[in-house]
Amino acid sequence: MRAALPYPLLSAALALTWLLLNAPPTPGQLVLALLVGLAIPHVMRALRPRSVRLRAPGRLARLGIIVLYDMLRSNIDVARVILGLRRGTRRTGFVAIPLDLREPFGITILAIILTATPGTLWVQYDSDTGRLLMHVLDLTDGDAWVRRVKDRYERPLMEIFA
Amino acid sequence: MTGADLPLWAAWLVSVLAVTGAAFSLTGAIGLVRLKTFYERVHAPTLGATLGMALILCGSMLLLSMLEGRLVLRDALIGLFLTVTTPVTLLLLARAAAHRDRHEGNPDAPPKP
Repeated sequence: MRAALPYPLLSAALALTWLLLNAPPTPGQLVLALLVGLAIPHVMRALRPRSVRLRAPGRLARLGIIVLYDMLRSNIDVARVILGLRRGTRRTGFVAIPLDLREPFGITILAIILTATPGTLWVQYDSDTGRLLMHVLDLTDGDAWVRRVKDRYERPLMEIFA
Repeated sequence: MTGADLPLWAAWLVSVLAVTGAAFSLTGAIGLVRLKTFYERVHAPTLGATLGMALILCGSMLLLSMLEGRLVLRDALIGLFLTVTTPVTLLLLARAAAHRDRHEGNPDAPPKP
């Protein structure tokens, strides 16, 4: 089983991508999708990607919903800042966040999440100290941002990739 | 089904999705001009890469699904690949700017993490 399917998640994703690109699925396309899903992960072996272990797939779905909501809200917030609709003075600046998350896939997902929410920008991550430097467009309270990243994103990610 | 047979509600919905998405992308472009520092500016184009992109793709998927008479999810792949690749560019830009600012000793250089 391990020899035939070294990366089952990758195989499934590749087969699904093939079917999406070649919809509607015909028997011929199904066979091709199966071949793509079986063959390409063996090429990937040369790159030796680390295998992913998802411990809590249900939490991944919940995190996705939280991120979608935050993405929507921060898009509107940033649009208001740009169009000058935001009242009061706006401070912008850097926030340093001490991360406990060390799993590379978790950190990658966190980088994608912080990029997908427009008000936050991932500047630098130091893998020795685990500290992340982030730029925030509307920085009213630095500690609130640290708590927000840790509670809303980092904790679920640590449960998902343990 | 051809474009002319598209029901009115679907035509409206597709138009609203496309125009709203385009408006968010335009706002991001305006932000590039209006915001003052480099680190502020980098936030602006992500509007087009996130919500702007999502709305336009939803409109496109709805239109294609109606025209072809089946669920067309191909465009979701565009969203997936954009979402996965945008952070790489932004991260490189931010790292390069931080390195330059620290090297030149600029007053608004980011602190060490």
